[in-house]
Amino acid sequence: MGSATETFYDVIRRQGITRRSFVKFCNLTAASLGLGPVAAAQMAHALETKPRIPVIWMHGLECTCCSESFIRSAHPLAKDVILSMISLDYDDTLMAAAGHQAEEILQETREKYKGGYILAVEGNPPLNEDGMYCIDGGRPFVEKLKEMADDAMAVIAWGACASWGCVQAAKPNPTQAVPIDKVIRNKPIIKVPGCPPIAEVMTGVISYILTFGKMPELDRQGRPQMFYSQRIHDKCYRRPHFDAGQFVESWDDESARKGYCLYKVGCKGPTTYNACSTVRWNGGVSFPIQSGHGCIGCSEDGFWDKGSFYDRLTTIRQFGVEATADQIGLAAAGVVVAGVAVHTAATAVKRLTSKHDPHRRNDHP
Amino acid sequence: MGIETPNGFKLDNAGRRIVVDPVTRIEGHMRVEVNVDADNIIRNAVSTGTMWRGIEVILKGRDPRDAWAFTERICGVCTGTHALTSVRAVENALGINIPENANSIRNIMQLTLQVHDHLVHFYHLHALDWVDVVSALSADPKATSALAQSISDWPLSSPGYFRDLQGRLKKFVDSGQLGPFKNGYWGHAAYKLPPEANLMAVAHYLEALDFQKEIVKIHTVYGGKNPHPNWLVGGVPSPINVDGVGAVGAINMERLNLVSSIIDQAIAFTEQVYLPDLKAIGSFYKDWLHGGGLSSTSVMSYGDIPEHANDYTDASLKLPRGVILNGKLDEIYPIDLANPDEVQEFVTHSWYKYPDETKGLHPWDGITEPHFELGPNARGTKTNIEALDEAAKYSFIKSPRWKGHAVEVGPLARYVIGYAQGKAEFKEPVDKLLTDLGLPLTALFSTLGRTAARALECQWAARQLRYFQDKLVANIKAGDLSTANTDKWTPDTWPKEAKGVGFTEAPRGALGHWIRIKDGKIDNYQAVVPTTWNGSPRDPQGNIGAFEAALLDTPMADPEKPLEILRTLHSFDPCLACSTHVMSEDGQDMATVTVR
Repeated sequence: MGSATETFYDVIRRQGITRRSFVKFCNLTAASLGLGPVAAAQMAHALETKPRIPVIWMHGLECTCCSESFIRSAHPLAKDVILSMISLDYDDTLMAAAGHQAEEILQETREKYKGGYILAVEGNPPLNEDGMYCIDGGRPFVEKLKEMADDAMAVIAWGACASWGCVQAAKPNPTQAVPIDKVIRNKPIIKVPGCPPIAEVMTGVISYILTFGKMPELDRQGRPQMFYSQRIHDKCYRRPHFDAGQFVESWDDESARKGYCLYKVGCKGPTTYNACSTVRWNGGVSFPIQSGHGCIGCSEDGFWDKGSFYDRLTTIRQFGVEATADQIGLAAAGVVVAGVAVHTAATAVKRLTSKHDPHRRNDHP
Repeated sequence: MGIETPNGFKLDNAGRRIVVDPVTRIEGHMRVEVNVDADNIIRNAVSTGTMWRGIEVILKGRDPRDAWAFTERICGVCTGTHALTSVRAVENALGINIPENANSIRNIMQLTLQVHDHLVHFYHLHALDWVDVVSALSADPKATSALAQSISDWPLSSPGYFRDLQGRLKKFVDSGQLGPFKNGYWGHAAYKLPPEANLMAVAHYLEALDFQKEIVKIHTVYGGKNPHPNWLVGGVPSPINVDGVGAVGAINMERLNLVSSIIDQAIAFTEQVYLPDLKAIGSFYKDWLHGGGLSSTSVMSYGDIPEHANDYTDASLKLPRGVILNGKLDEIYPIDLANPDEVQEFVTHSWYKYPDETKGLHPWDGITEPHFELGPNARGTKTNIEALDEAAKYSFIKSPRWKGHAVEVGPLARYVIGYAQGKAEFKEPVDKLLTDLGLPLTALFSTLGRTAARALECQWAARQLRYFQDKLVANIKAGDLSTANTDKWTPDTWPKEAKGVGFTEAPRGALGHWIRIKDGKIDNYQAVVPTTWNGSPRDPQGNIGAFEAALLDTPMADPEKPLEILRTLHSFDPCLACSTHVMSEDGQDMATVTVR
């Protein structure tokens, strides 16, 4: 069977997965995205008719925590994403090939799947020293990144490094590491921030693209609003203690043992937009606040340079839980929300549209 | 032209130069170049760290209590081990003692990492150096089942199980979209496993991928998330409240039960899948005992997993501590990380500058000024390197040395030292494995031995998890709920100036952080990490590091397909983001680098 006609559904059925299991998978995935049964049916249809999309996963300056997080995904399992949903043709961390055999894959993908592959970027490019603080194949990583972006359908910025710069870009940023949107100007970029992002958020973004054939709705900062539109604080199970004025004053005090609010020991939940208090971590086992430490705000731009993690926030925006990141967000003008449709044609995946309409909402096919 | 290094290795760069860049299935960015002779035997090896992030420069002037979070981001694979080292360094500097429960929980966190990291390394980063995925397609599922059942009681071993898996694999390969297996070295002459062993290993590759996400839930319970769980200077952030008001949200009975059940699973997977696989695979590679490098002569371990809180003496540390030099197993040198004459870093062949590059600097007095330049004999251009000049600077990794000696660190180093100390828990499993495989003790000093030591240590760590979880519960039962000491939490309780060192045994080997604190802020911070030791370039005397030493004299079946190089490099589990750290005594210099 040729690759062009391979679909997700074909693959899993021929792997012995029953129709029933497949439908269950769609329901679970839809549920994990916070979507209802209609969306689950749409997902099933999409997965039955789409080929596996090539994904090129490049690594710049980073610590590989995003890859590690990705393989923790419980629904869908990382194994099923890699074997059945996408075609992970290049990923330095997992791929069998090395050296020029690895390099060849990049060239081949650019030619064979021009405009039809997803570029996933973990880490970021340093610009100092002509880019040679991150050397890949003897060349500056930034050059290879730009080349691969040129022919990509869309770009995913995994984690705080690719989205904002993260720790190597903290002051004084000696390598002049920059988020990828500073060097990739010609493609839509989905930012999936966090250090790292939650596993099921990562696979959720990929599933969404494959299922609905388009980019997720993004907020003004380029983040999928389904995961990043609300503050940790607004969905925190300790919020009633905040409202009641019950705070942990010192580590391991009686209030800590009772699970009171961590605001006074530095929790950044009130200024952090992420899904930790709802999706939680590692299959829903816990999240930082539940395990007794304040949120350090790792999905926020520049979180390393906002004072100590134990400094008490002095400015909490006074607004209700109904407010979203956009409503109180930056007054950035002309920020583009790009929608990319993934074509469901049997022979190829190709980019259909790139709408530049920030008001486009809730128009799932 | 051939030369002999002071540490006893013959180098000859006359033959054909082979370049592997990128080296994949590692953390970070790495390049290796070798020269092979007319018989395709490696006669010269040049290993290069090709990334630099400058995290310790960034730490200067920050709150020491935050340092764990920054240094944790040095590496997301060995996640947490830098954070632990960091809080130990700060506590050492400020004289902070932690409660027993915090010690147990920290050990559980560290051991969880050891189990996870070793398992993922073996199956997902290293296995494809030994296992031919495509060969698995021609396996007989029945014979595979017989093989699996002959080596283990693991229940997923029926003919039907392997037949289904083979079917899935076949359809995956037939799809033409090979994903991460694309352009692999399938069919390479250096692959020695029969198809059935390959199929069994592929099954366990996928099972391990599923299982690794379970192990880390221990980090999630005690640290809130994984990767990058949370830590605390003075203890651990998670309070204990087993049966009081508001117990939900702290460490309670349900949380302890969750951890306990995962520990049981970890022990089962390690003992019924990982170790039997290691032994089965090893039995087909008994003739491939290349890659020993420094392991038979010079190894080092700082020791870790303190039995008692705040007691970092050799007697308290459950992982062995000491240095062996020149292959003298009967003489183990003690380590003093505060001694300026012991651990030193050199930059003669690193892309950094010192005022006097003939001398090494102790981490408390380290200087780092990046200086990227290629030597006169390099080929290509500054931004398109074809071949490096190892006579000049050639890596972003520095060269740490212990009293001037290049040493290997990691699981094999720990087991060699534990064995030499005659500690039964390290010696007996080694002897048993070697006896089962029909190999002499010298076989331990090899790529295969390094891989085997990691598997044995994974089992050791899984059992230690049980020990410390039981210890934690016993201590809670005795009425001790304390998890943090906040006596010196606020900077007004600190001395004006202080310095400290913290150490751990990371999965990849000896890890140390050195800190200077001044006026409540970080004045200087330096990490010397396992891959810096193992992956170091040459020092001023010409001693080569562990990676380069291990590659020498290895025959390559096909230099165009560098499977043997990958196999030996991977046996160290390289972590490049860790190794290419940097610190500057005068960190401000870094900020003046021109912004383009």
